[in-house]
Amino acid sequence: MLTLIKDTLTSQVVTLWRVFSHLWVKADTVEYPDEQPYMFPRWRGRIILSRDPDGEERCVACNLCAVACPVDCIALQKTEDEEGRWYPEFFRINFSRCIMCGFCEEACPTNAIQLTPDFEMAEYKRQDMVWEKEDLLIDGTGKYHDYNFYRVAGKKIGGKDKGEAQNEAVPVNVRSLLP
Amino acid sequence: MAKIVIDGVEYEVNPDNNLLQECLSQGLDLPYFCWHPSMGSVGACRQCAVKQYRDADDKEGMLVMACMTPVTDGAIISIEDEGAKSFRSDVVESLMISHPHDCPVCEEGGECHLQDMTLMSGHNYRRYDKKKRTHRNQYLGPFINHEMNRCITCYRCVRYYGDYAGGTDLSAQASHHHVYFGRHEEGVLESEFSGNLVEVCPTGVFTDKAFSENYSRKWDLQTAPSVCVGCSVGCNTAPGERYGSLRRIVNRYNSEVNGYFLCDRGRFGFDFVNNRDRLLEPVQRVDNTGELLADDQVKAVIKEFAASGTIGIGSPRASNESNFALRAMVGEENYYAGYSDAEHESMQVILGLASDASFHSPSVREIESADAVLILGEDVTNVAPRIALALRQSVRNKAKELADESRIPQWQDAAVRELAQHERSPLSILSPAVSRLDDVASDRVIESLPNVVAMGYQIANKISSSAPSAGASSENDEVIEKIAAQLKAAKRPLIIAGNSNGGDVIKAAANIARALHDESGKSVIDLCLLVPEVNSVGMGLMANSANSLGIALEKLASGEAKRVVVLENDLYRRAAKGQVDAALSKAEKVLVLDQLPSATTANADVILPATAFSEHEATYINYEGRAQLSFQVHQCQKQAQPSWRWICDAKHVDDLVERCCSEAPGFSRLREVLPGENPFVAGMKVPRQSHRYSGRTAMTANVSVHEPKQMEDEESIMSFSMEGMPAQKDASVHASSWAPKWNSNQSISKFQDEVNGELKQGHVGCLLIEREDSSDSYFEPAVDSIEPSAKQLRLVYSYQIFGSDELSARSKPIQARMTDAYIGLSPEDAEDRGLRQGDVATINPLGAPVVVCIRTGIKAGTALLHCGDGKISPADFSGLIEVEKSAAQSTIRGIGNLIVSDFQEEEISS
Repeated sequence: MLTLIKDTLTSQVVTLWRVFSHLWVKADTVEYPDEQPYMFPRWRGRIILSRDPDGEERCVACNLCAVACPVDCIALQKTEDEEGRWYPEFFRINFSRCIMCGFCEEACPTNAIQLTPDFEMAEYKRQDMVWEKEDLLIDGTGKYHDYNFYRVAGKKIGGKDKGEAQNEAVPVNVRSLLP
Repeated sequence: MAKIVIDGVEYEVNPDNNLLQECLSQGLDLPYFCWHPSMGSVGACRQCAVKQYRDADDKEGMLVMACMTPVTDGAIISIEDEGAKSFRSDVVESLMISHPHDCPVCEEGGECHLQDMTLMSGHNYRRYDKKKRTHRNQYLGPFINHEMNRCITCYRCVRYYGDYAGGTDLSAQASHHHVYFGRHEEGVLESEFSGNLVEVCPTGVFTDKAFSENYSRKWDLQTAPSVCVGCSVGCNTAPGERYGSLRRIVNRYNSEVNGYFLCDRGRFGFDFVNNRDRLLEPVQRVDNTGELLADDQVKAVIKEFAASGTIGIGSPRASNESNFALRAMVGEENYYAGYSDAEHESMQVILGLASDASFHSPSVREIESADAVLILGEDVTNVAPRIALALRQSVRNKAKELADESRIPQWQDAAVRELAQHERSPLSILSPAVSRLDDVASDRVIESLPNVVAMGYQIANKISSSAPSAGASSENDEVIEKIAAQLKAAKRPLIIAGNSNGGDVIKAAANIARALHDESGKSVIDLCLLVPEVNSVGMGLMANSANSLGIALEKLASGEAKRVVVLENDLYRRAAKGQVDAALSKAEKVLVLDQLPSATTANADVILPATAFSEHEATYINYEGRAQLSFQVHQCQKQAQPSWRWICDAKHVDDLVERCCSEAPGFSRLREVLPGENPFVAGMKVPRQSHRYSGRTAMTANVSVHEPKQMEDEESIMSFSMEGMPAQKDASVHASSWAPKWNSNQSISKFQDEVNGELKQGHVGCLLIEREDSSDSYFEPAVDSIEPSAKQLRLVYSYQIFGSDELSARSKPIQARMTDAYIGLSPEDAEDRGLRQGDVATINPLGAPVVVCIRTGIKAGTALLHCGDGKISPADFSGLIEVEKSAAQSTIRGIGNLIVSDFQEEEISS
């Protein structure tokens, strides 16, 4: 019984001391918005569409982000330029539904769609939370600097002929009899 | 039945099949590439390896290719054996060595057999770091995209295109890892069945070009079971919709009708649904301008038309329900047939024969089992293309017979073909011009149409002397004798004719079939009578035999009838222009219900917009009298409604079907095609959207961020949502084929009783027409007294797979393959008239301009007329015409798209 009282008192005193001692510790929180907090690069915030190192749109409109999205808040339509490159005709994210889960980024085979540390997305009107491709597309590569899907894929596009992608042999001459 | 043990479990299997087919029939997952359910095995890909054990004591076992191993009673095999698994994984790894990193930009992605099989075989990381071989692609026409890099050389494409569909312009080229599948030079794929390459290719080498332009992944397409409206075969299709537009059509398996394949008209001819010119609002003509009608105004108009003095003209391209609603609105005696008088007359003959118990109208599958075929005067490839593909399989019955004799299993595709070489079952074609089936014909006679008919009567007479003969020249006696003997000797003879050129051919064909029936002692003889449109038979049954279009137009012109309701029909394609003009101008008020503007809607007082095939639930009756149900795929965005909804007060399509069953004679079994009384758990509906359907909360967010409630479908057992009872549980409402681990169309084996069998719980349709007593009277040959003068030519209508069908001709991909209206002439006739290939000629009496197409395979004295897309009405001409050179030289499309197979006739250069 005595031990129990002693332990309880000690615990409470220690706890009080700990709380008290924090008066001299530097705060973890910051005076937002006057002061901006440090956001980790892998924070899952506002979604962007990035460009490849050549400055072209990375998104190839494969629809994998849309199908991975658990709240179905991504809608897009594939289209193609004259030389065969796929890109989205429109790309829409309804941020009023988005739960920032990052599945779209994980599903993206071209590193096009990325989540950024920006979380300041509040709007007065819900309609303003619907973002189109023009709003999403940035002018840089985002977090992944070097990857260019079309340099790896076999499909011929403007500026890259058959056989010019990574690890590709020159196109076969079907008429040749040589082994 | 044989008993085999697979991984310790005993199964009862069919000993006539191979191991792979039986494993799939049992619902087991075994990867494969080169095998195809309708094409048998060649053992090219080595992917379906399993372990086979000698007996229970054998612990080692040996690897065998399941597709090349016959099922033997007591066999012990293992799919799960580690050795077999690692072999399969190694095989797919080597197949993938040069496969490009394309999946995100590949149209096949998400429904790719290669993706499925790679995953199933357990290969998921690329170890090979050497260079990938690459290939250049070819332009293959407006239907098919070519991306040769993706090829895994399973040889399915050339086996389908060449061996199965009879195409000559796709081949395997080069050798070793350079093997290339393509044409000898770039160009349009000639076969009318090239679209099936999209589904046959296990990966993305051949993809749907039209679909790619408006691409959507398989899981994003809203899909429902539908029926093709391109011709009278009634192939089952699965159209897919996304963002309010129809995106593509793929095959939907029906064991009795189309099996695994469609024709290109069916696959690419749906685009008219998205046509910008679609009629979408009810309009009334007021002083030559259109005025939109409000709901109550429409009601008033309908009320006005429901009064007496109104006649209705039905449509062979509208559903049974719409035709019935019109008939109910105007009364049976005021409901008139919506096809030409010649077609009406021949349809009466066809319907008479359809209820004769001596004959059987064979389904497409039954056509494949015919062992002697006679085609009388019809160009099957262009009128009912899917049947032409079935006929190509029927000639292989000889090969199968030979294989049985040599005890080679029929699924040993390469061996059976090697054995048979060019041995084929007899297929004889008597017609006024060459056809695309001639390459597999045993006998081909090109004669003028009256002579074809006469020869038909003579064949009947040769088979049974009680059949009347017709006097004709004796030069074809030998062939007649031969064909008669072949048909008599056959186990399952088949006679095919059609009504594209009147009823005489049909009567002659019926005589042959009756003669066979009398002589051979077979209880029924297969008699396949082709009609041109999706519901020709349905409307034919609905319309009174006395109520032809000509009489309707006369009544309007004479003022006996005041108002007319025209149902989904362009009358200018059905009757002579003068006749229609007279009728429509005299009529007080003309109401037209249609989907697209036509010459008839231009003369209408009121236009009510009708929904297209994918926008409503409907039943259609095909050439054999098979009623089939087609579900609604998507909602029409504007005010179009099913025609029946405008003109009758039925709430529900089922109500109309019920009324149709009880009120229209011959339709009493129509209700059988309706899905059963809610067979689903807790009243849940079947979703039209896949469980992976994406973008629900974003697709309309640009309009309003507040998502509308999911549209409800009051009418059918299907819902416009992802929720409900998955179609996987009931194949009768099964549109988009999917099963766990099987995202491609190959998942169909999971829904079949056995491979190539009926779908589990599936509905193959319902044969409506009951065959009662047989009359044993033969048709008497009609004497054709009209003799053409030296200048005159005998007119024969020529159908074109691309262009003859009114609606599909409004689709962009089909338009890219269409020709102008042309007149086909023999070289002699052309020379007499000073005409050269590609010239513009006029047809007299009328002066319509047509392009001249000279072909050696046309009987001299015969002119083959293709009417193009409705610029010339076939009804404007009668039996004899004159052709002369025209001053006009300009043509839009010319005849460049006409496929003249090079080995059938020498090319005539212009």
